Amino acid sequence: MSREFLSPRTGHARAAAGFLGDAERAAWHDQSLWLVRQKRDRATALPEWEALRDAGAALKAHAMSRLAALLEQFERTATANGVRVHWARDAAEHNAIVLGILAEANVTRVSKSKSMLTEECGLNPYLEAHGIEVVDTDLGERIVQLAKEPPSHIVMPAIHWKREEIGALFHRTIGTPAGESDPDRLTAAARVHLRDTLLTAGAGITGANVLVAETGGVVVCTNEGNADLGMHTAPIHIACAGIEKIVATRDDLGVLLRLLARSGTGQPVTSYTTHVNSPKPGGAMHVVLVNNGRTSRLADEAMRSALHCIRCGACLNTCPVYRRSGGYSYGHVIQGPIGAILAPGVDLGAHHELAFASTLCGSCADVCPVRINIPEQLLTWRERAAAAGHAPRGYGVLFPVLGWFLSRLDRFEWGARIARRLQRWLPAALLGGRANPWTRPGRALPVLADESFRDWARREGRHQ
Amino acid sequence: MRVALAVPCYVDQFRPQAARAALALLERLGCDVRLAFDAPCCGQPMYNAGQHRAARAAADNWARASSDFDAIVMPSGSCTHYVRHHLPALLDSRPSAHAARVTYELCEFIAGPLGRPTLSGRFPHRVAMHLGCHAQRGLRLGGASELHQPVDGSMRTLLAGLEGLTFADLDRPDECCGFGGSFAVGEPDVSVSMGRDKLADVARHHADVLVSSDPSCLLHLEAVARARGDALRTLHIAELLEEATR
Repeated sequence: MSREFLSPRTGHARAAAGFLGDAERAAWHDQSLWLVRQKRDRATALPEWEALRDAGAALKAHAMSRLAALLEQFERTATANGVRVHWARDAAEHNAIVLGILAEANVTRVSKSKSMLTEECGLNPYLEAHGIEVVDTDLGERIVQLAKEPPSHIVMPAIHWKREEIGALFHRTIGTPAGESDPDRLTAAARVHLRDTLLTAGAGITGANVLVAETGGVVVCTNEGNADLGMHTAPIHIACAGIEKIVATRDDLGVLLRLLARSGTGQPVTSYTTHVNSPKPGGAMHVVLVNNGRTSRLADEAMRSALHCIRCGACLNTCPVYRRSGGYSYGHVIQGPIGAILAPGVDLGAHHELAFASTLCGSCADVCPVRINIPEQLLTWRERAAAAGHAPRGYGVLFPVLGWFLSRLDRFEWGARIARRLQRWLPAALLGGRANPWTRPGRALPVLADESFRDWARREGRHQ
Repeated sequence: MRVALAVPCYVDQFRPQAARAALALLERLGCDVRLAFDAPCCGQPMYNAGQHRAARAAADNWARASSDFDAIVMPSGSCTHYVRHHLPALLDSRPSAHAARVTYELCEFIAGPLGRPTLSGRFPHRVAMHLGCHAQRGLRLGGASELHQPVDGSMRTLLAGLEGLTFADLDRPDECCGFGGSFAVGEPDVSVSMGRDKLADVARHHADVLVSSDPSCLLHLEAVARARGDALRTLHIAELLEEATR
């Protein structure tokens, strides 16, 4: 790696190279996700699909255009339903609010399910540092929690784990028999293991797929039902949600929930779609509304539509780069194409390189159920990164030089003549080989033609 | 019809045969083809890398060169997509708006303004098609699988009309080949991995020829194939159509 000079390889590219180093696993990962993409293709083959996408994009754009009013309406309606609504400016406030609720009720053990937001806020380590045990109850989330890893996919957090590896992990952590890798038996073992937590936790934390301003309701979609167990068995339910989850009316759910299930997992509906509107008798329900940078995104007109995202994961599954580089290569809580446009908005200096982790093939925009123009936003982030002096290594020199040569025919042809001589005189081993990022991973040097098209046209007297 | 053939920078230097084939083909179809398009590059390589300042001089030169012509044909879906959808915003000038209006991808031009959706010719080979993402999803010159559209479009129809040609339809007909401009060197490992997967798909379906409307995809795929000692024949669509209608 160190021998590669003049390489513009980004952090993502280096992580991806590591992931691809295990070719068999990388091919398995690619194929696993491609199967989900195909399942999505079948589930979305509806006559009204494109109209549904239009409706989804429109209702999200509408909600974002009235964000403040809808959130205040939600607060009023939810409060009237007996729900305590909290406002968190950022991750730290969010974590402190959750801890405050738990501390007030002397809770030391919580179950948690379906929340990328709590990942974003770093809630688990925060609560653990304050002596509270957090058990993730969704199977995939529990797997990565036991492995002390973050999720590698927003919908399928343990998609990078093979079942034999899960068997070994469970053997080590929850005592399943050695060598057990049958998915049904492993799932049954996880169920028994989690049941104790679910029955004894003092509070259940969940995310929210949608917040409905009209009703003050929280909607949670799952396939395992553990979020439901968590919120219904414990006396306290805390739903943590980014403010962009708001929609105006309950009718909007008819569009969004179809888009979500079909795009994300290729199901007509998720197995459990839970509408929580008020606390259970004798219990308490809290909703924590989190900004954490979302209003800055809202103020950024060119990038605003990223807030439409319903976290279905379809853009990850279709992305040829994500499938071959894995979730961790993104170094951000949200991975794949949507992560690559969200992360630079959080911290351009830290995440600008993700905008370059794309061929701009455009498949992400085609699958997006709410029509987020991901490739255009990637291009805009690239431009902003360059303008802010954050381009990948070498870009600031390479492209101005290239632009100089390509801006006038005489310079271009002069440069090409020099390149042709270099190609003739220098040994291929010097031009190619491990030092050149084009050739290093297994690509031959492109060969300049003996005679360019223009030179041929001149010779033929055609260049008129 | 009078048209200018605008040859992309890398085609001029790396694949002049594609430009020569496009010229011969257009003339055979009755076009009066002008070659005096003296701007080497539209600026896309710099633009897509986010380097707008570095892109502007080349782009401006290209846009000005376009003002002499009423129709411009490019044997590249990617460059055409950029000229149509990004150049006007980059330059905000009268020539760039003109360029966006009059520039066509080769197959698009033959099937559209020239009115020849099919050509009579013969190409007795088994052909795998790679449209190129910017032609497909940028210019919508072919259906996208994720939109539940069939593999179709002007290139497919032109090929389908040739006698003796059979299609080797791929498992993933519109998966990106991994070139992606600066991506090819910025993310070389993913880029090559995608190229290998594309070539494996082509081999699985026993194609004799891989054809693309995008010479940049071919530049990358050929380089991956050559490094593996794979003797697959790759053709630009202009080369194939020129050979078939000779």
